[in-house]
Amino acid sequence: MPELFEPRIVAFFCNWCTYLAADLAGTSRIKYAPNARVIRVMCSGRVDAQFVLEAFARGADGVLIGGCHPGDCHYQEGNYSTLRRFELLRHLLKDIGIEEERFRLEWISASEGDKVRAVINDMVEKVRALGPLSRLPIAGGPLEEVAA
Amino acid sequence: MAQKPKLAFYWCAACGGCDEAVLDLEEKLLDVASSADIVFWPAALDFKRHDLEAMTDGSILATFVSGAIRTTEQEEMVRLLRSKSQLVFAFGSCSHLGGVPGLANLWTRDTIFQTVYTENPSTPNVDGTLPQTNIGEDRRELGLPTFFDTVRTLDQVVAVDYYLPGCPPTPKILLAAVNQLFNGQLPEKGAVLAPDHALCEDCPRRDSHPDHLALDEFKRPQEILIDEGTCLLGQGILCLGPATRAGCEAQCIKGNMPCTGCFGPTSRVRDFGGKALSAIASVAAAKEEAGILRAFENIPDPIGTFYRYSLPSSLLKRRRLEAVR
Repeated sequence: MPELFEPRIVAFFCNWCTYLAADLAGTSRIKYAPNARVIRVMCSGRVDAQFVLEAFARGADGVLIGGCHPGDCHYQEGNYSTLRRFELLRHLLKDIGIEEERFRLEWISASEGDKVRAVINDMVEKVRALGPLSRLPIAGGPLEEVAA
Repeated sequence: MAQKPKLAFYWCAACGGCDEAVLDLEEKLLDVASSADIVFWPAALDFKRHDLEAMTDGSILATFVSGAIRTTEQEEMVRLLRSKSQLVFAFGSCSHLGGVPGLANLWTRDTIFQTVYTENPSTPNVDGTLPQTNIGEDRRELGLPTFFDTVRTLDQVVAVDYYLPGCPPTPKILLAAVNQLFNGQLPEKGAVLAPDHALCEDCPRRDSHPDHLALDEFKRPQEILIDEGTCLLGQGILCLGPATRAGCEAQCIKGNMPCTGCFGPTSRVRDFGGKALSAIASVAAAKEEAGILRAFENIPDPIGTFYRYSLPSSLLKRRRLEAVR
């Protein structure tokens, strides 16, 4: 029953922009879907592709990265690194069978609390429509799970 | 006279290159053979499964297994070898990380059979015959191994004590491991028996690595005349040296070809492809989507590029079954 499925979204938010925007959304009492588990990182550029892969492997149905707008990075160019990695990783994830809607990068500045609401609500709806992400167990799993 | 220690070699889903690597020990192989008994090595000597079954559990000092696990027979054999052996070494990229056969995890048994036996234009198969695992003949049931949907690394099937990386491991790596084994100098179990730093540190072209890499595009090796003396990444060639464990003596680099990552990750990395992708993505110069996509145009197959030897050992292990055709 798809209407009962609540997607788990892992959200990596940068300390200087998107995390503050989520904080602003909270203090402004903006309501949005409770499905995102936010992990604060100092810069979206800190999000190694391994973090995203591990989130998917450990149970995330979607992964969202939030960073400063281009030109606004606290560390000058960290978010450009994020964008480069995102484009290549997005291609890899598509090839491995993870739908594009499950992996998203958004620029959200500290003043855009409302954008946090809009992005998370939109992503939750899209991932909800896709359903849970099936995956192999992380520790190898018994023979039956891989045997043809 | 004390009995010589016993060694065994076995191959699973592999090309046989690892067995070649044993022969590449050349005359040093004779030293190994004089200080140990090779009790099982189907690729080179005529041993049968019942010979192995007749051995006492734990009677083999060390077994070197090359190849990934993709059939029931391979799984049975490595379980048997595990019980007969005190130590099991994953020998080469395929048993260590999944190797090139691990790229079969982009497909399933049925889709592979479909391609190989019915769609391949050079394979006439008018009756559409596909491999079967059972045949009843003369009131006897004969069985053949079953092919799994998913290729696994050796340590996803049995406990592995040490890993020898490489496609194939160099004779130097193998000889060092055998010497450590005979001299009781092996490190803590679970270790990869190769240096724990990136290939770039050992690279003969290291001094020409640009301080700041910013590429507008990647070039494929056949598209340019590659300079033999300078950093390959600096020339726009996708080289995985920054993410790959050293120990190969930079043989590909010395042959003027880029590193493709067969030695796998260092101990600090959990997912080789993820780390390699992160390292390579960061050298693109562009700052907006169109320019970045243009820079990556020559990386049409990120999985084959970054997980060439390691898809089964990756965090996601395979293409999602739902996405296979």
